[in-house]
Amino acid sequence: MNRTHFYFFLFALFVTSCGLVAYKYFVLGFPITPEEKVNAWDIEVHISFDAQNEPVKVVLFLPGYSRNFIISSENFVSKSYGITTSTDNINRNVIWAINEASKRQVLLYRFRVNKVKVKNPPDSIPPFELEVPELLEPYRSAANTLLAEVREKSADTESFVMKLFKRLNAQPPDENVAILLDKEISADKKVELAVQLLALADIPARVVNGIRVKTRTNDAQIEKGIEVYSGGKWTSYDPNSGTASISGNYLAWWRGTKPLVQLYGGKNLKTNISVGLQEEKAINAALIRTETMNPRLLDFSLFSLPLHFQAVYHLLLLIPIGVLFLVILRNIIGLETFGTFMPVLIALSFRETHLISGIILFSILVAIGMVARLYLENFRLLMVSRLASLLIIIIICIGVFDILFYKLNLEMGLSITIFPIVILTMTIERMTITWEERGSKAALHQCIGSLIAASIVYFFMFNKYSRHLIFIYPELLLLILAITMLLGRYKGYRLFELFRFKEMNKV
Amino acid sequence: MIPKLIRQFNKLGIVGINRRNLDYISKYNPRHLYPFVDDKLLTKMLAIQAGINVPELYAVIAINHQAHDIHAILKKHSTFVIKPAHGSCGNGVLVITGHSKKGYRTLNRMIMSDEVLENYILEILSGVFSIGGHPDKALVEYRVQLDPFFKDLTYQGMPDIRIIVFLGVPILSMMRLPTHLSNGKANLHQGAIGVGIDIATGKTTNGVWFNDIITEHPDTGIEISGICIPNWQDLLNLAARCYELSGLGYQGVDIVIDREKGPMLLELNARPGLNIQIANRTGLLPRLKLVEQHYKELSCLEDRISFIQKYFSNT
Repeated sequence: MNRTHFYFFLFALFVTSCGLVAYKYFVLGFPITPEEKVNAWDIEVHISFDAQNEPVKVVLFLPGYSRNFIISSENFVSKSYGITTSTDNINRNVIWAINEASKRQVLLYRFRVNKVKVKNPPDSIPPFELEVPELLEPYRSAANTLLAEVREKSADTESFVMKLFKRLNAQPPDENVAILLDKEISADKKVELAVQLLALADIPARVVNGIRVKTRTNDAQIEKGIEVYSGGKWTSYDPNSGTASISGNYLAWWRGTKPLVQLYGGKNLKTNISVGLQEEKAINAALIRTETMNPRLLDFSLFSLPLHFQAVYHLLLLIPIGVLFLVILRNIIGLETFGTFMPVLIALSFRETHLISGIILFSILVAIGMVARLYLENFRLLMVSRLASLLIIIIICIGVFDILFYKLNLEMGLSITIFPIVILTMTIERMTITWEERGSKAALHQCIGSLIAASIVYFFMFNKYSRHLIFIYPELLLLILAITMLLGRYKGYRLFELFRFKEMNKV
Repeated sequence: MIPKLIRQFNKLGIVGINRRNLDYISKYNPRHLYPFVDDKLLTKMLAIQAGINVPELYAVIAINHQAHDIHAILKKHSTFVIKPAHGSCGNGVLVITGHSKKGYRTLNRMIMSDEVLENYILEILSGVFSIGGHPDKALVEYRVQLDPFFKDLTYQGMPDIRIIVFLGVPILSMMRLPTHLSNGKANLHQGAIGVGIDIATGKTTNGVWFNDIITEHPDTGIEISGICIPNWQDLLNLAARCYELSGLGYQGVDIVIDREKGPMLLELNARPGLNIQIANRTGLLPRLKLVEQHYKELSCLEDRISFIQKYFSNT
């Protein structure tokens, strides 16, 4: 029972950890490697007009929700205009206003979007009151005939819309369609007409305006689409094919038939939309995506901590990795080291000096410390004061080294702080005790063992992949815990034990 | 090569550190009993209560200023041993062989002044020799007299006999002989010889010195194989009784034999080493499993001793 319990627990840890990692990787798109980049799009609306020494008001629609993109940042550039943003039940807009302006005025609106598949956009807007258009003859008869014909061949809203667009898109247009379109056969006109016709058929629909975000361009064009309300939600239809889908690079901007920019008190309005491609760290995009798709996950992640706490966790989370490899080195390989976790601490102190110079410095300081310790031995001091004296001597040595290296212009990254000094002192004390108790051979053996273990642990802890992975996917700690616990039940021989019992092979 | 070694060792039933810790120490040695074996003073008290022979305790020094007053007691005994209560591997043991005008005479014929001896005791108290450097006590006790039987088997120092006792049943034993190289210490990795003993009869098999199989003492040239340890049954009895004494299921019992007082319990070990397998050229596992299977049927000491004769005889 005990064993089943144990393995069940490990399995639960494993599944939880892997499940969370998989969710974050596949669904939220958290990057596996630190260099991963994703595309973000910078879109700029450039508005210019001539002011005429009188109050000016400019209303610009701002992008609302889109199924394909989320806005990660936005800003407004204008010299001395008052800015008010507001949201009505369908659209978001900004109002620039100024009491008096003259000459050519330029207003800028910039935003950045990230591509994302939003499954359920926060589109809770109920269908508005149907505005049934008052059509005059001959439009009314043409519309009624067309709708009757379409209704005859359709089963539900979706097929109705499809059939309708098929009729509207037919080349050449049939008689009724020709009347309704009134010679103006633009795609935009078709969409507006379709909305009116659908309203006549009691189907709520609305025009959606947007741009295609596909390539860099200095002159993106507004394209109109249609959204139809059916089955409790808004569905986008492609006006060209009439199918219930919309291409993945379509950024829905605002709904309704009003123009993008409305200018009051100025003339010669010129609006230009440019799209730029920007590389962005994948993690930033993933975080933005998470905020939209699963905000609670972000609330309970390390990213919700203040930055200086995050820095602590960048280091703290690496320790389990080091400890895991130490367990392997000690219990599976059988490497002998000072203390249980001393190599991990030594590896941590190497972080500040880097590996090679760390090992050199460490060896020199331990050697000096050993000599000092053996010298202190002559005076038969009590343990605490002996340790304290050792600590003081080591600090003096480090100070001398620092000055020496500085004078010689040797850059060894000698930024030793409090932490490594204490570790050094402990190591020296441990080493001398081992030296006395088990002889010089055992002491050197363990010292080299510790250094090897520290180097290996350092290698696994302080490379950019582990740093990145463990911070982005802290749930990996559960996996590390599971592996560590599993290794805790390892009953087999340690690698070095095989050499120890080698003689037995001859029995 | 490695898989072959593993297969061979598994066949012999050699227990590695991981298996020892998991299947035996953590299972049969409750943590709260460790203080009784880690503290030699407590072990001694328990043994005296149980009527087990131990080296007589002359004095205990627990507080620094007592070290100053110790000389009056020490002067009464011509020879004695000072050791830390929490020492391990024989570290910190000081043997005084006699007195002189200038002070105490040590094993290697040096003279130790009163002050130096006091300092040595203070060092023990400060925890130099104890595991983890915790403050310690110093014990002054009877110095075991070398039995003539061992006289030629050892170079300086005191040979001892290590018996692994599992659930009250002695299962494997070896004799540890100090050498010139081990500096009189009976510690295998410091250069002492480990000599396997047939647990049923007390007859020695081969010796292991570092990694070599030997049949004679490297310093004295005396044959060490095939000799019979005197009073072997007494030793087995003593070892077996240590189970009730400490309560530890898996322990190493260290016994010395005194010229006059016979077998004495020196110390108990809650984490006995695995080198004993090399000295005996056999693995622990088959014997551990046999005892695990049968120990419930073994109600008294006699049962356990006869169990050894029945199952563990080499011949």
